[in-house]
Amino acid sequence: MRIRLSLATFVAAAAMMLSAATGARDLSVISWGGAYQDAQRDVYFKPFTAATKIPMTEESWDGGVGTLRAKIQGGNNNWDVVQVESEELLLGCEEGLYEKLDWAKLGGKDKYLPDAVNDCGVGAIVYSFILAYDGDKIKGDAPKSWADFWNTQKWPGKRALRKGPKTTLEIALMADGVAPADVYKLLATPAGVDRAFNKLDQLKPNLVWWEKGSQPPQLLASGEVAMTNAYNGRIAAANDKDKKNFKIVWTNNLYTIDSWVIMKGTPNKAQAESYLVFVNDPQNQKNLPPKIPYGVTAKASTALIDKNVLPELATAPQNAATALFINDKFWLENLDKLTQRFNAWVAK
Amino acid sequence: MLRGAAAAAHAAASTAGLGTAGGRRDLRRALRRSQRREQWRAVALVLPLFVFVLVCFVVPIGAMLTRGVVDTDIARILPGVTAALKHWDGRDLPPDNAFAALVGDIHAARDAGTLASAATRLNYDIPGFRTLLFGTGRQLPREISGSARETLIGIDPKWGKRETWVAIRRASGPVTDFYLLAALDLDRNADNAIVGAPAEQRVFRNVLGRTLWISGVVTLMCLLLGYPVALVIARQPPQRAAMLLFLVLLPFWTSLLVRTVAWVVLLQKEGVLNSLFLSLGIVHEPLKMIFNRFAVYVAMVHVLLPFMVLPLYSVMRGIPASYQRAAASLGAPPWTAFRRVYLPQTMPGVAAGCLMVFIQALGYYITPALVGGADDQMISYFIAFYASRTVNWGMAAALSVMLLGATLTLYVVYNRLVGVERMRLA
Repeated sequence: MRIRLSLATFVAAAAMMLSAATGARDLSVISWGGAYQDAQRDVYFKPFTAATKIPMTEESWDGGVGTLRAKIQGGNNNWDVVQVESEELLLGCEEGLYEKLDWAKLGGKDKYLPDAVNDCGVGAIVYSFILAYDGDKIKGDAPKSWADFWNTQKWPGKRALRKGPKTTLEIALMADGVAPADVYKLLATPAGVDRAFNKLDQLKPNLVWWEKGSQPPQLLASGEVAMTNAYNGRIAAANDKDKKNFKIVWTNNLYTIDSWVIMKGTPNKAQAESYLVFVNDPQNQKNLPPKIPYGVTAKASTALIDKNVLPELATAPQNAATALFINDKFWLENLDKLTQRFNAWVAK
Repeated sequence: MLRGAAAAAHAAASTAGLGTAGGRRDLRRALRRSQRREQWRAVALVLPLFVFVLVCFVVPIGAMLTRGVVDTDIARILPGVTAALKHWDGRDLPPDNAFAALVGDIHAARDAGTLASAATRLNYDIPGFRTLLFGTGRQLPREISGSARETLIGIDPKWGKRETWVAIRRASGPVTDFYLLAALDLDRNADNAIVGAPAEQRVFRNVLGRTLWISGVVTLMCLLLGYPVALVIARQPPQRAAMLLFLVLLPFWTSLLVRTVAWVVLLQKEGVLNSLFLSLGIVHEPLKMIFNRFAVYVAMVHVLLPFMVLPLYSVMRGIPASYQRAAASLGAPPWTAFRRVYLPQTMPGVAAGCLMVFIQALGYYITPALVGGADDQMISYFIAFYASRTVNWGMAAALSVMLLGATLTLYVVYNRLVGVERMRLA
């Protein structure tokens, strides 16, 4: 039995190698795995093959533009459509790792949220860094903004932020009263950076730092901190699965977008484009948020999404109104220096 | 080896016959031959390991470390301007041919898709260089009318600044001290003199000092806790000693990550320890025991303690009890007997344990990252940051050189003071 099984595997593998060598292989779609990819499988992958009769395979990856670079430069790329973070989108597009998208085929740029449109990629999901607190511990008068995050008199207790300057400096400036539109203009100047660090000085004795997205809900649950910033999806998941009563403050949330890209020179370009058309159809996109609380990128989707789910999404109009789009171009240039400064500040 | 040689010699002697001069010569030759064979066999046995170490350890680590000084990207991607800047005196703006060469280089690099690597390298030196290079690349016309100098400065006034060109020249390799200097909080100014980095950017000297300090404290704590434990175990009858050693080794077989996360559970604000203290009335509000230096010490000592106990135990096991009895019979009180007779004999174990714990502690990454605060991170954290987050391999390599240098220095000092041959591992 075992021998026959391994023989079958071998034959299958040989067949796959053969088809790869001849260039005829199924469309491959690569995403982030886990609960997210499970949701995508139900909402996008299976219905896509059912509707278009285009067979596809799926894989997952952990990100990193180096992986994509190796695929393209190695000359043996077997990935067609990949979901990437905004930084990989930017870097890979500059380096020519992706096909330029034909926006006419995707229904025109106006169909999408402005930040979801890029030469090389189309937005897949929108998610946010938000302010979160435990509704069972802070009752009555609740915090409403990043300025309240700094108010340890009224709401005593520690605060948690993500370790590192990215998102931390933006939050500090917004807590200091800077409008989202001015945040990166200010951060590009030495005076703006000083202002952000001065603001952080006020909170420093009460700050703890998290690194992994799973930590903020734990910090809230254990009472280690009274407020934290967090990925909105993690907080929703903690409420959903662990029956927590965590509250989200959406004012001045910091949002970012993951995008779909088509790898350069793929033999399956036509199928890849059909796939992108399918996943950007509002009728299909509307099914994703009920499974996992990420916003979707076609403008028309918002009206179709389940009204119970909508308030949990970064794309809900009331949540998006005061939001700040995280500027990856800025961070690409300044992360090294500002991280050094951040670490020097932390050790001070 | 000796036994084989003796057997061969015996065989040779019995065939050649003993006593004659020729027989002796034959004997010597046979002996040599058999010794050589033994030597080859020994070499053959060691060879796989040697090759393995060479291929999987020395070569990759050496290649990684050279990235701290090798700097060939700019010369490869922007060859024209690199050559043109060789003859530039660096005092004023470079000559026209450098501007013209840069225009050609940028076009070529954009076509080849290599501009990003050049932009990344130059951005290390001057933040914003990335935008400058890509912005210029986008706006640069294929055929320029007028001088290259005016076109470039027209696109971005930064091309009219000396620092911009100095940065290109400094990056034109083939070797650089940029990363090594940066790892020591030093920098070169536009006149190529070495200066200290601005105060708010200084971080690595501090981190190196912190790394040494944490490792030192952890080693001392391991010694203070481990010595009595090893002493007790060494004095037990063999069966009980084996059981106690098993308990010491138990943590070894648990994942490092699990052990560290267990400390998070124990030490956190509403964790096991705080609940216990509160219910016993020892404290009235929860103690802060996690995400600080205290937690780093506790978790690291816990993980590294077996490395102290094992060499101590192995040395103590070999010290006959009769020495201390002899000291007592000559009139030494117990404390003097311990201090003057027993303690000096355990020094090889103490030295081995301290060296093992200290050197391992130097490279710790996961434990401080999980239970430490932001200012408890050790040098490995920064190596990982540069290697995987910003993919700045030069900086990662330079910091690795610092770490390796610190380790080797300590090893040499240790060798001078104690002598490696006196060290006894478990």
